[in-house]
Amino acid sequence: MRYVEEFRDPKAARALIARIAEATDAIGATREEPVRIMEICGGHTHAIFRYGLDKLVHEGIEFIHGPGCPVCVLPMARVDECVEIAEKPGVIFTTFGDAMRVPGTKGSLMQAKARGADVRMVYSPLDALELSRRNPDREVVFFGLGFETTTPSTALTLLQAAREQIPNFSIFCNHITVPPPLKALLDDPWMMLDGFVGPGHVSMVIGVHPYDFIARDYGKPIVVAGFEPLDLLQSVLMVLEQIREGRAEVKNQYARVVPEHGNPVSLAAIEEVYEPRPSFEWRGLGEIDASGLRIRPAFAAWDAEEKFGIGYAAGPRHVEEPEGCACGQVMTGRIKPTACPRFGNGCSPETPLGALMVSSEGACAAYWQYGGARVAAE
Amino acid sequence: MCLGIPGRIVAITDEARQMAMADVSGVRREVSVACVVDGPLDALVGEWVLIHVGFAMSLIDEAEAARTLDALRELGEAQEALDAMAEGAKSLEGTT
Repeated sequence: MRYVEEFRDPKAARALIARIAEATDAIGATREEPVRIMEICGGHTHAIFRYGLDKLVHEGIEFIHGPGCPVCVLPMARVDECVEIAEKPGVIFTTFGDAMRVPGTKGSLMQAKARGADVRMVYSPLDALELSRRNPDREVVFFGLGFETTTPSTALTLLQAAREQIPNFSIFCNHITVPPPLKALLDDPWMMLDGFVGPGHVSMVIGVHPYDFIARDYGKPIVVAGFEPLDLLQSVLMVLEQIREGRAEVKNQYARVVPEHGNPVSLAAIEEVYEPRPSFEWRGLGEIDASGLRIRPAFAAWDAEEKFGIGYAAGPRHVEEPEGCACGQVMTGRIKPTACPRFGNGCSPETPLGALMVSSEGACAAYWQYGGARVAAE
Repeated sequence: MCLGIPGRIVAITDEARQMAMADVSGVRREVSVACVVDGPLDALVGEWVLIHVGFAMSLIDEAEAARTLDALRELGEAQEALDAMAEGAKSLEGTT
């Protein structure tokens, strides 16, 4: 945990923390009956733990860690399909590094690589396209994973492949979108959320209006936030002030990066290449309507599902979670990571059993990395 | 993967494909500028951008770039992005 003195502007941080305390008291929130704020983005989860923000603010505020870590919500069946494709002869399977260690029933992509599959970590889908140019006799597949931050990159890469008519490149599309799971969480009668801190870089692409329904239909405030501790504190205060005044609005704390209407080129590319699937499975959250994207039929030649007859095109295949793994309950805020029977008991960042332990943006990995002393205290 | 990293456009490398060379904390990396281009490509040289998995997604000013880099360093995400770039370059060359 960090101290305010180490922040870029300690004076501003202290002032924000004081105002947050004042607003929390005014709302009447206490440790026993806290105001519950969900930070949607895994990057925000990581920053909250890194800076110990949850311990610096009034004890009447509880952070609920949202579903915004794409690796963490990836169902095992999809990992199995990646491994299946990667082990086909002639395939070079390319992926962002984050997905390498996610366990499936046949192990992870890392283990598939160790068994001899040609799995390569790339920084960008453009690297995968370059690999297919350099290896015309191989079939290069890119694992399209992530929210609206990475979706434009695969859409634009696919459009480039189409322009060049590159035949040996395809995308295994598992892109997901942020708003549908938020609606699912808000529709869950068990869920008791009072407000949201909205994702910064996703919103840079989609703008702030896709969140309008949260304020309009559910009466909850949401504030799109940056990644600095001061951004997060400011955003929490903006959520609290709305609650205190009985308002529910979509606000943009990160306007220096997030345009109101998003990035037009990105949105056009997403629209051209992808369409929503009727539904998509999320680890821990189950099937959610229109929450995943698939490649439009016009681009079937670059769709790995079509090329290999795999994935949702071949029918959904649900795989049960490993025994005792409580990723689902943690993800929906029902339990804290430390309450999972497998936390530190067969599941750690070195040997993750559940997806929340894999990524630094996952709640369990964050608890593990920054939690030592605090876990004991809880 | 979800957090962008600031970089500075130093040259246009491919007009047709809208590609440019960016300097990302001292590492050179070719990126697409398709999402931030608004007028002649050359006008982007010298600009700071927020780069996501090889795509410049937003123009930012120098102060914002510095603040974002600091925040990413604190989270270990800056190094992660630079490592991923190095790993990506290796994947293009070798057989692993």
